[in-house]
Amino acid sequence: MRPAVFQSTPPPRPSPVKLGVDQVRAWFGSHQVLHGIDMQIPEQSVTAIIGPSGCGKSTLIRSLNRMHELTEGARLEGRITLDGVDVYGKDVDPVLLRRRVGMVFQKPNPFPSMSIRDNVLAGLRLTRSLDRSRAAEITETALRGAALWDEVKDRLDTPGVSLSGGQQQRLCIARSLAVAPEVLLMDEPCSALDPVATSRIEDLIHTLKTTYTIVIVTHNMQQAARVSDYTAFLLTGELVEFSETNRLFTSPRDTRTEDYITGKFG
Amino acid sequence: MSGAQLSSPTTATTRRRGLYSERAFYALALLSIILPLAMLAIMLLGVLKNGGARLSWDFITSYPSRKADHAGILPGLVGSLYLMGLTALIALPLGVGAAIYLEEYGKQSRMSRLIEVNIANLAGVPSIVYGLLGLGLFVRILHFGRSLLAGASTLALLVLPMVVLVSREALRTVPRGLREAAFALGATQWQTIRQVVLPIAYPGILTGAILALSRAIGETAPLVVIGALTYITFVPDGVDAPFTALPIQIFNWVSRPQKAFIVDAAAGIVVLVLTMLILNGVAIYLRNRLQKRAS
Ligand SMILES: Nc1ncnc2c1ncn2[C@@H]1O[C@H](COP(=O)(O)OP(=O)(O)OP(=O)(O)O)[C@@H](O)[C@H]1O
Ligand SMILES: [Mg+2]
Repeated sequence: MRPAVFQSTPPPRPSPVKLGVDQVRAWFGSHQVLHGIDMQIPEQSVTAIIGPSGCGKSTLIRSLNRMHELTEGARLEGRITLDGVDVYGKDVDPVLLRRRVGMVFQKPNPFPSMSIRDNVLAGLRLTRSLDRSRAAEITETALRGAALWDEVKDRLDTPGVSLSGGQQQRLCIARSLAVAPEVLLMDEPCSALDPVATSRIEDLIHTLKTTYTIVIVTHNMQQAARVSDYTAFLLTGELVEFSETNRLFTSPRDTRTEDYITGKFG
Repeated sequence: MSGAQLSSPTTATTRRRGLYSERAFYALALLSIILPLAMLAIMLLGVLKNGGARLSWDFITSYPSRKADHAGILPGLVGSLYLMGLTALIALPLGVGAAIYLEEYGKQSRMSRLIEVNIANLAGVPSIVYGLLGLGLFVRILHFGRSLLAGASTLALLVLPMVVLVSREALRTVPRGLREAAFALGATQWQTIRQVVLPIAYPGILTGAILALSRAIGETAPLVVIGALTYITFVPDGVDAPFTALPIQIFNWVSRPQKAFIVDAAAGIVVLVLTMLILNGVAIYLRNRLQKRAS
């Protein structure tokens, strides 16, 4: 085992970098929210972002798929790379980027005008036409992927909003999976769910990471410890610490991290 | 601590006072709905009493005549229906399109803020002014003549501001989270609007459109100005045909010296009100069906 020494950089990663965050600064109007974030997010792993409310977790995760810029007055500087390519580059279409980097939101948000099936296929239907057999296949794969298939397979044509909150959130995950992204961003996906639904989603994250690179924002430190391989601790827009989850929780390098995970503030 | 507060003695009088003001408000609200309904009922009863005798299938399917007891309302009814349809055809796409632009695309620009203020102002412009505009623009400059098309275009202008305003209101009720969900799936803005935003906003847009169009069906002044005929003995056979409309026909009868035509006017009013009710009913039915499909 590696001794818990103080290092200025995280230890070398076993897998290649999927998402690179390089000196990212973000603003809402004149209010700077992120102050130069640097992170290397490894492929096929789960990276958790923790930190007190308002520290910029959502802003950071939303800048990864260029959702940040959709807010009026929002601005960003620095570089974010996907497989080494700058996603803010001139010839990158944010629409195409978002098909490779999917997102699940805090509040389950299935499309109210669509059935379960149509919700799953929404991302594909929105963007191209689909033949029937292929659609059925994708629906099943995505719902199985989101561990929802057995619960809904007999009522695919009922409205998506008729499901329970936890099921709706898994439906939203299925909807993201259907477009076959490479990265899945999750912004507090369990905060509206009960413990049972939460643990189902955590199990799901475990399975999904064999295929996808996952970045998850969470308020719940136990959850970060349970599901993630790497953890980033954010405080007032600065990245205090980013390392392997085990290490961050057992021997944090920064006293502020220690204070936070031991519940001294936040 | 908080449990004790629930039954604290200080609240007894406050509660009673609260109850009185609650009742008073309820009574006031009830009165303010009963009063206009009563007036409407009185008016309708009066009209029915006066014109009920003339109301028959014959009245609806006959042409105007110099003899009061032979006169019918067919050209006016058909003209009004055509006008409504055409007005909706012109005003809805334009109005909804403008609302989509203002709400979804042009949000932050100065230009759109300017447009916004002006649309709100336009909604308050008297209808006769629209009539004059219609006369100048559609009848004269664009050479539509004194036709259905000119009438419908004028009415469309008249209801446009309201259609824009209510459509924007409806678009605004669509939660931001749903738009974001669509964007996050890699949808373009137009795909998001078409397939996520509009299906949810349709019922609201339709409700507003119904209200706007009901206003148009009763409008007389702008049609008089652009020169709808008051006495025609044929049904318009195209958008370029001359026309008359229910309110114009009614106005014409009322202004005749012979008493007998007043009865025709009363019957005409009943037809106008019924037409409006039926159109509204159909639209509300459509809206409810859309709404059911949307949720
Ligand atoms: N749309 C917005 N417009 C202006 N300021 C915003 C907007 N969204 C967030 N902010 C500000 O940016 C800062 C960071 O917000 P962000 O949502 O990223 O925090 P967070 O870490 O996700 O918080 P939480 O844990 O409560 O979700 C906050 O100070 C917030 O007030
Ligand atoms: Mg957040």
